[in-house]
Amino acid sequence: MNWGVRSVTVRFGKRIALSDVTFQALAGQVSGIVGGDGAGKSTLLRALVGAIRPDEGEVLRPGARQIGYMPSTSGVYPDLSVDENIAFAAAAYNVSRMDLQERAHALLSRTGLADVHDRLGGQLSGGMRQKLGVLLAMIHRPSLLVLDEPTTGVDPVSRAGLWWLIARAAAEGAAVVLSTSYVDEAERAAHLLVLDAGHHLASGTPDDIIAAMPGTISRAATRPQGDMAPLSWRRGAYWRVWSPPGVASADRAQVIRPDLQDAVMVASLALERKEATQGGAVR
Amino acid sequence: MWAMVVKEFRQMRRDKRTLGMMIVLPVMLLVIFGYAASFDVSKISALVVGPQAASFAKRLHAPFDPVRLAAKDGVTQAKTSLRDGQAQIVFIADKHSVRAIIDGTDLFAARAAEAAVARLASPQALLSKVLASLPPGHVLTIPASELPPKIDVLYNPGLKTAVVMVPGLAGIILVFIGTLVASLGVVRERQAGTLEQLAVMPLSPWDVLIGKIVPYFLVAALDLSIVLGAGMLLFDVPMRGSVLLLILGALLFLFVTLSLGVLISSVSENQGQAIQLAMMTILPQILLSGLIFPLSSMAIGVRWIAYVLPLTYFIEIARGVMLKGTPISDLWQPFLFLGLLGAVAVTLATLRFRRLLSPSPRRNGRPRAGTAS
Repeated sequence: MNWGVRSVTVRFGKRIALSDVTFQALAGQVSGIVGGDGAGKSTLLRALVGAIRPDEGEVLRPGARQIGYMPSTSGVYPDLSVDENIAFAAAAYNVSRMDLQERAHALLSRTGLADVHDRLGGQLSGGMRQKLGVLLAMIHRPSLLVLDEPTTGVDPVSRAGLWWLIARAAAEGAAVVLSTSYVDEAERAAHLLVLDAGHHLASGTPDDIIAAMPGTISRAATRPQGDMAPLSWRRGAYWRVWSPPGVASADRAQVIRPDLQDAVMVASLALERKEATQGGAVR
Repeated sequence: MWAMVVKEFRQMRRDKRTLGMMIVLPVMLLVIFGYAASFDVSKISALVVGPQAASFAKRLHAPFDPVRLAAKDGVTQAKTSLRDGQAQIVFIADKHSVRAIIDGTDLFAARAAEAAVARLASPQALLSKVLASLPPGHVLTIPASELPPKIDVLYNPGLKTAVVMVPGLAGIILVFIGTLVASLGVVRERQAGTLEQLAVMPLSPWDVLIGKIVPYFLVAALDLSIVLGAGMLLFDVPMRGSVLLLILGALLFLFVTLSLGVLISSVSENQGQAIQLAMMTILPQILLSGLIFPLSSMAIGVRWIAYVLPLTYFIEIARGVMLKGTPISDLWQPFLFLGLLGAVAVTLATLRFRRLLSPSPRRNGRPRAGTAS
């Protein structure tokens, strides 16, 4: 079963947090919501799990017992131990004791949390807390698993453990939806939605998004001047310069093959150009 | 330093509820407690029974007000009236003597009544003068209604403060646990970011509400038994009535205070606000419920506040059951009012919970819990 939102708009007072966004989460796959701060990622996930009601549009989600949700704060009780946190989540979702023991043991061992099973949630490291948050959200084998920035602020080793959990949930048949600010990490997802200030920027597989990128990208040692300056950004030791369709590449630049990060930047720049030419009528 | 001052002012300005409490609350407390804080008993309700009731009642003047007459009533009916709070003192005026029975559970009124009864006695100097003017051997017959009444204090014969305070203090402890501690429950969830998760879990608002209340309920019930047990052992507080009735009253009272606590918790953004609001409900209960200041001494303008405070009714029940042995048939009023207050509090708490846990983006124009990005 696939879940998702169709033409969803969410307003907080006068501010539009999401504008006419459509997204589908496929069973057995990991789908990613990508965007910077204030892009609308958390709002979309909260609308998907039913924590907020959209002003417009439709949401297709399973019943509450079939949803697993980890908020951006991890959802771990700081004054309960790891075992107690798991016991509460399991009881809330009516997981049988036998099933819980088997599942908790397997997940705790694989994520390195077995050694700290009696430690309080508030005393866990950031990475451990995030892993526990994901574990709590998937303890009842949900058919829709929604994770709000599960890897933010987590070291690479813990991140690997988190991705093992996420992949396992998808392998068990769940439609996994996660948000992230890290574009490189989003490449692991089978399907992506890129948001910018509540608006749909791009969507599809990472390859689809790269292939749909308009114009060309070139690399430069220094920042270009003039009209091309707003179309450039620093990446590593070099500058990336986007040449929109019909615009010749800068003289000193070398055309390169774009990756997902380049494609997302270009999508954002293209939207800005469109707004500028339409006098801000797009948003 | 100036930067700190400016920063603090800016933060203070954003927290309008705290700012309001800092300015409005002291004024409100001053006005209310200024009128309520009085140990002076200017009026003592009196009942006069017995065959000489009419003639004796003529001797009663301030502070005995109002004075009711029930000439046909006997000692039993008089004591019942005293127990049920229909009078603070009863006079039994027989042919040969007058007896005054005072309700010892109303400490200040009882002391004022003792002093006023003593003043009723015929002045010894005047009696000596009258006797001196009479021929030797003449027998002066003083009617019973003119004799100084014999005083009995019921329920708290020694007029001990502890005996009266312990049942009320038990109520205060329940208020602290029920309102103050429970008020932090939901706020903690909100601040830890777990409230939104609860909203998504397959739990109804009622599940969450009752789940929050039950643990505090049990702890408070344990506390209550310890406090009352200690009060009886250490301060000789009697238990003249039904223990079951007291337990029933305490459970009902706890239910009200816990519901209030959860209600406060659900309308507070953080623990600081929850504590402020809880204190706003606790302080009036301590000062206006009759625990410290007698209700009869309060100005009418503030006395009505006492009648919307749950502690007022719990104190009436606790003192009634423990000190006077009052049966439920005569305590139905405080039970009824506690029940009504409980129904209001739990309804409001459930509505707030439903609002808190149900999905809607238009809440004060901002996301409900956590921050949308």
